[in-house]
Amino acid sequence: MNNKIIHWFKFGSPQSFYPLAGKMLPWFVALAVILGIAGLWLGLFVAPTDATQGEGYRIIFIHVAASWMSMFLYAVMAFWAGIGLALNTRLSSMMASAIAPTGALMAFLSLWTGALWGKPMWGTWWVWDARLTSELILLFLYLGFIALQAAIDEPRRADKAGAILALVGVVNVPIIAFSVKWWNTLHQGASISMTKAPSMAVTMLWGMLLMALCLWMYSIAMTLMRVRAIILERERHSDWVKHAVE
Amino acid sequence: MGGYAFYVWGSFGVAAVALAIEPLLLRKRQHDVIDSLRRERSADQQQGKTV
Repeated sequence: MNNKIIHWFKFGSPQSFYPLAGKMLPWFVALAVILGIAGLWLGLFVAPTDATQGEGYRIIFIHVAASWMSMFLYAVMAFWAGIGLALNTRLSSMMASAIAPTGALMAFLSLWTGALWGKPMWGTWWVWDARLTSELILLFLYLGFIALQAAIDEPRRADKAGAILALVGVVNVPIIAFSVKWWNTLHQGASISMTKAPSMAVTMLWGMLLMALCLWMYSIAMTLMRVRAIILERERHSDWVKHAVE
Repeated sequence: MGGYAFYVWGSFGVAAVALAIEPLLLRKRQHDVIDSLRRERSADQQQGKTV
């Protein structure tokens, strides 16, 4: 029995995680593509036209998914940065650095698609309401994290400085999530509630969930790709990397 | 798209382009670091022969 135990902590070292990430990568790419095709088909062809917003509401299929991922990825990034800071594990910090650009992209897409929804529905690209402003701050937190790490030459010091920024900024995530409850915002309330029955058509709901899952799998795939490059860049003087590129 | 074509395709189009470019950039980054590691290695071997 004992010899069947998988030694999970083994994968905490960059050397053993590098090939594992390479093996997992195609699966997450495939899942992202399949879920994306299914989500887009439901969202663009099957889901009915909205009673008040017409066809314009279809932007939410990408907007809601990107917004959820931008918040979720920040929490995961802060988690890994915090683990790296507390336990001094190199791979955790590399994971945090690998998540940041994809998170920033999701925050950008959330704001971009939100503006393109706001113009026809509200008559304005942008307002300084709590939801929009806190999401903009999230984008700046990602960019600040990336810029701070890029400005420090010594990687382990960059990890520590970035971790502090990531952990302080995590307070912004619940602010975004609850902003539509705590303040009167032009932005509408939550699209999906855990406590109430769904108020939208079932196909709309599934379209949204599939798109969110698609971006989730996409984000994992991109993080794995980026962390592999980061591992090679940072461990380039170690023997295993020199042998790995033979 | 009932008059919303610009807004809907503007959203999905930019998202599609962004999600297509990110993996391409990452693949280039991976190839670049592997290339430079290979060059470093062959330079080391060259030096080993001449010294």
